[in-house]
Amino acid sequence: MKYVDEYRGSEYVSNLTEKLQTLSSRKVRIMEVCGTHTMSIFKHGIRRMLPEQVQLISGPGCPVCVTPSGVIDAFVELAGRPEVVITTFGDMIRVPGTGASLMEARAAGADVNIVYSPMDALELAEQKPDKLVVFLSVGFETTTPTISATILEAARRKIENFCIFPANKTMPPPLKALIQDPELQVDGLLCPGHVSIINGSESYRFLVEDHNIACVVAGFEPTDILLSIIALVKQVQENRPAVENCYSRVVTPEGNVKARKIVETVFEPVDSEWRGLGTIEASGLTLREEYGRFDVTRRLEIQIVPSSEPKGCLCGNILKGISQPPDCPIFGNRCTPGSPVGPCMVSSEGTCAAWHRYGDLS
Amino acid sequence: MEKYILLDHGSGGLASQNLIGSLFLKYLKDPVLQQLEDAAVLPAEQGQLAFSTDSYVVDPIFFPGGNIGELAVNGTINDLAMRGARPICLSLGLILEEGFAVAELEQIIKSIAAACDYAGVPVVTGDTKVVPKGKADKIFINTSGVGIIEGGIDVTARKAQSGDVILLSGTLADHGITILTSREGLQVGGNLQSDTRPLHFLARSLVKDFPGEIHTMRDPTRGGLGTTLSEIAKTTGLCMEIEEKAIPMQPEVRAACELMGLDPLYLANEGKCMVLAAPEHAEKILQTMCSTPEGRDSAIIGRVSAKHSGRVVLTTVSGGTRLVEPLSGEPLPRIC
Repeated sequence: MKYVDEYRGSEYVSNLTEKLQTLSSRKVRIMEVCGTHTMSIFKHGIRRMLPEQVQLISGPGCPVCVTPSGVIDAFVELAGRPEVVITTFGDMIRVPGTGASLMEARAAGADVNIVYSPMDALELAEQKPDKLVVFLSVGFETTTPTISATILEAARRKIENFCIFPANKTMPPPLKALIQDPELQVDGLLCPGHVSIINGSESYRFLVEDHNIACVVAGFEPTDILLSIIALVKQVQENRPAVENCYSRVVTPEGNVKARKIVETVFEPVDSEWRGLGTIEASGLTLREEYGRFDVTRRLEIQIVPSSEPKGCLCGNILKGISQPPDCPIFGNRCTPGSPVGPCMVSSEGTCAAWHRYGDLS
Repeated sequence: MEKYILLDHGSGGLASQNLIGSLFLKYLKDPVLQQLEDAAVLPAEQGQLAFSTDSYVVDPIFFPGGNIGELAVNGTINDLAMRGARPICLSLGLILEEGFAVAELEQIIKSIAAACDYAGVPVVTGDTKVVPKGKADKIFINTSGVGIIEGGIDVTARKAQSGDVILLSGTLADHGITILTSREGLQVGGNLQSDTRPLHFLARSLVKDFPGEIHTMRDPTRGGLGTTLSEIAKTTGLCMEIEEKAIPMQPEVRAACELMGLDPLYLANEGKCMVLAAPEHAEKILQTMCSTPEGRDSAIIGRVSAKHSGRVVLTTVSGGTRLVEPLSGEPLPRIC
């Protein structure tokens, strides 16, 4: 398959792993921020190709995983209301809060629909004028632009029975919080490819200049990832941290300015709680006053009860890269993809789910 | 005949008889079925009996490459075939939703009849129930099947051995991706088609031509190849080592899986057979499979070993290795 085979072939991959082997002379700790990177690394078996000195740590880049369980409880409670139709991306549906998941709510009679785009939710609102169609707005910079465009479209078409439940988050604030964590000691970041399409590679400049962290924007195929790890190892070993873009076929320095403008029109930053990480200043998004009528939390009485993490679960440390899934006492026994306990197991992109699914063969 | 199914059609009274006479028996012509007795009576045959049942609730009921009717025939035939049995007859149980279009039912019965004719396996007994609107989704079908296993044939997961080759009778994930894309109304392009077809001809030639060498056969339906291999690994305590590069896939199916973030190893197949066989005649077995229309794209995709007990290990196209765990939950598209 074109544009895939060229980036996966074993002949290209083995060249890169050989280069990495000869290059690596000291221990380098790299955090892959994005959940899709985590999955790709596991899916293609990249972890086992790396030299011992290169250590990969999975970061907080799975939007489902970092949504607090109190918010998920509120989704489920909302789904149970007879006047509400819930629309959501697929991988949110199995995530348990402190009680049930949306899938269980659907089994109990709630109207819960998987959509591929928030625009589909808007179409559903038009088809069901006597219901309030709510889109569960979870995601990072990659999904927020389409959600913003949907809000603008709803306003233009005056579709008043459409709302979102805003739970969007942005990437730079948690990165800043994480690298300041003295326990973490990360040398470099494998920066998220999709997020960078919107934010631009220059958005990581502050990490280099203020925090001396190597930053390389990476694509998602095996050669993309290996090439980016090589770039990171070089930067760290030569002690010259910089922003490098190894995903230049889609990422530009300035990013997608138009998409960011649409987001800024509709949303504004707000302090936000991250599951496992706590509240991070200005790391979430809420609708601007002008579009407040599309915010279900302002339209209906909705309570978000703060909740603590389940007993025994190490997800807080795993999301910060301090612990690895096998360190957790409940990993693989009480907590599995079939009945997840902690946030990192709930989404297919979660670190624990990746370890469980693709395994550690060592 | 009415245009829509009424509750009366399941009453057992005149309307039921009318439906049976003017629709079912019009297409399903086996003399045993036509007697309309309470049970089909068939001559006893030498050998062991294989008996299997499966229910079909696929949505949509019509999809590119087939419909729920032929799926119900082929699915049960394949379950029998995977034990080395020669399927001899099927039962057909229908649960219809009040208001279901009779024209659609007729189309389904027609393709059931065509699938039975092609396979040479008749429906010999049947039942129809109608439930009020909303209590079922258009049509649910249950088929059960009986087959004969002739002396000396013993095909089971328990016979898998270290050193066996793993063969697959064709391209992966065709049915699963076709159903998912047509259910969601996604236009992916290419010519996605379900692979529903019977496998008993292929299975029969294997067990006859290579007696004792065909250890295990499975059709990787729901849960896909990944889950099927995991089950065998768990049952036997052996390691299933497969090569991603060797697994046949249609380019459009690969593309659709990439686009939707789905792993083809976990998508359903309805006309593919996975075979674990002794390595001595692996090439000959492959040739036999390739010489059949249903197995023309067959390939050797891996080997059984004792390396990682009870595990499935995949060598990726990039040369990495990883575990393949059984599917947990329905495959869902991701957020980003």
